[in-house]
Amino acid sequence: MSLIEITEVRKSYGENEVLKGINLDVEPGEVIAIIGKSGSGKSTLLRCINGLETISKGSISVAGAQLHDDEVHLKALRLKIGMIFQQFNLFPHLTVGGNVMLSQMVVKKTAKPEAEKMARRMLERVGLEQKFDAYPDELSGGQQQRVAIARALAMQPMALLCDEITSALDPELVAEVLAVVRELAAEGMTLLMVTHEMKFARDVCSRVVFMYQGRVHEIGRPEDVFANPQTPELKQFLGLH
Amino acid sequence: MIEFTIWDILRNLLLATRWTIVLSLVSFIGGGIVGLVLLFLRVSKRQWSRSLAKYYIELFQGTPLLMQLFIAFFGLGLFGIDVPAWLAAGLALIFWSAAFLGEIWRGCVEAIAKGQWEAAASLGMGRLQQMRYVILPQAMKIAVPPTVGFSVQVIKGTALTSIIGFVELSKAGTVVTNATFQPFTVYGLVALIYFALCWPLSWSSQILERKLNVAHRNY
Ligand SMILES: Nc1ncnc2c1ncn2[C@@H]1O[C@H](COP(=O)(O)OP(=O)(O)OP(=O)(O)O)[C@@H](O)[C@H]1O
Ligand SMILES: [Mg+2]
Repeated sequence: MSLIEITEVRKSYGENEVLKGINLDVEPGEVIAIIGKSGSGKSTLLRCINGLETISKGSISVAGAQLHDDEVHLKALRLKIGMIFQQFNLFPHLTVGGNVMLSQMVVKKTAKPEAEKMARRMLERVGLEQKFDAYPDELSGGQQQRVAIARALAMQPMALLCDEITSALDPELVAEVLAVVRELAAEGMTLLMVTHEMKFARDVCSRVVFMYQGRVHEIGRPEDVFANPQTPELKQFLGLH
Repeated sequence: MIEFTIWDILRNLLLATRWTIVLSLVSFIGGGIVGLVLLFLRVSKRQWSRSLAKYYIELFQGTPLLMQLFIAFFGLGLFGIDVPAWLAAGLALIFWSAAFLGEIWRGCVEAIAKGQWEAAASLGMGRLQQMRYVILPQAMKIAVPPTVGFSVQVIKGTALTSIIGFVELSKAGTVVTNATFQPFTVYGLVALIYFALCWPLSWSSQILERKLNVAHRNY
């Protein structure tokens, strides 16, 4: 059984159909890069997977459980799948430690000492254990994004969705975040990432999905997709990079 | 004819000022509680609850407070319910304040980036938890100056309740004037007392706002 099963998923905003029948199965431990032009529906697909958007048609199931749009099901789903955003979205009123502890305590009802232990472990994993008491606005963008990763990991998800998590960073800060992601991949975390880092996709990902106008236009192993694109659209897209 | 000293006048006015203060506090606190309910209805995911709060707010913001006082006082009387002036005054001011506070606070909640809701949601928090632990702590900070500022409107709003016979500062002013025939002195003192109540509030509201702008963290 696949970890994430996306079947004939359609999503419209009013008249505008943004996803036009997406099929994609993700196996545990896979690292999938989603590439494609702006507006091709990459973010929308990720947001549908963890229920930030409701799908218009089709089905999505995670670890065998169907996605339903009510609070109980959504919560169960989001315990299995974490998400990292382009803009970090750390909680500015909480310290780094507080950011990583909050949802453990509120959602999982973990006792504070355990939550703190977990938070310190996860911050260590992203190399920021010494920033436990700092506030987000005292950190660089790269550090903030690593905290966001630690925050998601502290919920012990089965998979992580990453939407252009290095796009808001200064170029010199991209590497530190990618290094963390690379390590997660090596440890066997299932990752679905929208990215413009083609080199990273080539090195780390097990499959690459090329989206075009709301469809999965090409999919395959990175060495095939990058070296031997089948469609003119992908050829053109890769030419731009 | 009896002579009234300034002190006599002032003493009577200050005694009545108690009721202005009590009514202001009741309206502000009661309005705050109802306003909080309105806020939650207003930012809910459910369409009917958003509409309900929206119509409530439009109704109370779209009609003069004076009319609301009349309706609470005389309107309920038509149904055989005898409403004392203090109750009508309290209720009308509570519901009126709630409409404005609810709307002020909605603005503050909406000023918080959508990504904050989404991050909290993606960590598994329910709607109320997102509000309680992530949105409100941030929104409350920016809500303080306009909320304190609005409390000035509440104090001034209590003056209208004199029309339905509630004896607070303004009503006392009228009564004392009728006894002393010194309208200028009396209303001058009334104005001074209102100013003494309101000015510290609007001043601190401005200070708080300036502080907030300086200590602007990254939101
Ligand atoms: N909330 C929304 N309401 C209406 N239309 C939307 C909304 N979100 C996205 N869209 C539309 O859906 C389409 C796909 O958007 P999406 O954000 O998924 O693209 P993307 O592939 O992530 O692009 P980018 O590379 O620019 O992030 C776009 O045409 C966009 O205008
Ligand atoms: Mg996008």
